[in-house]
Amino acid sequence: MTIPSPAPQPGFWAATAMIAAIVLASTAGEVLTAAAMKSIGDLDEIRARTGLKGAIRAVLTCPLFFAGVSFLALAFFSLLFALNHMNLSLVAPASASLTLVTNAIAGKIFLKENVDRRRWAAALLVCIGVYLLAH
Amino acid sequence: MAHARLTPRQYLILGLVSLCAPLGDTCLSRGMTGLPEITIAHPATLFAAVYTPWIALGIALLIGFFASYLTALSWADLTFVLPATAFGYVFVALFARFFLHESISLERWAGIVLITVGVGFVANGPSLTVSPKVQPETNAGAADVEKEQAR
Repeated sequence: MTIPSPAPQPGFWAATAMIAAIVLASTAGEVLTAAAMKSIGDLDEIRARTGLKGAIRAVLTCPLFFAGVSFLALAFFSLLFALNHMNLSLVAPASASLTLVTNAIAGKIFLKENVDRRRWAAALLVCIGVYLLAH
Repeated sequence: MAHARLTPRQYLILGLVSLCAPLGDTCLSRGMTGLPEITIAHPATLFAAVYTPWIALGIALLIGFFASYLTALSWADLTFVLPATAFGYVFVALFARFFLHESISLERWAGIVLITVGVGFVANGPSLTVSPKVQPETNAGAADVEKEQAR
């Protein structure tokens, strides 16, 4: 039985590009998905009114949701691709923690969410924390 | 500060989001590291990866995550849900420490503390931005109370 030798680690720019692709795709996906869910309304209430099928129908008939999911799928496959070339201990914390910050920025600009000092602080603390924890 | 309180059910959904995501990622990583190198020249191998057991389990957990995540986004802001659910990383680290008896380095304890403090920050704030049409700036507290009573 032969053990497959690990792939050589990519250079700085290749690694940056792979992580940037994950971060950009997942930020776009999350902002679009969040916008879709806000346009649909409280899912728990919809489910109470029309049952689980009604809730699923409400989500699946929203075009914005599919735009969001396409970007999330792109982010997912970029992640799988990157994991095959780089260590999990670099890819996961780097993309997860950067996404928290890019989402706070995108949430403020595109979703007009009230990102106050409390939320900036939380995004930054969790960003550093996730990096330290997953590293 | 007056703001819409989350119901126990909503806390349960945030908990599911927190737990399913890191557990799913762990399964994916376990599945992917076992595979030979995938190159951009053979993208089909990437899709074949979906059928290996660890990756299939990871995807099942991530579907559970996604359903609860969508529900959470329907009643809370993205900038609330994301930091709040990062607490899952802490769960997983503590699980590894106390059930798998893995050691946690000082760096990781620092990460746990930072995430916990960060989650505390958002959890104490409002979970949803009320649109200015509904909520005049000068009357912020009152509108929140109205919203709470409407529930």
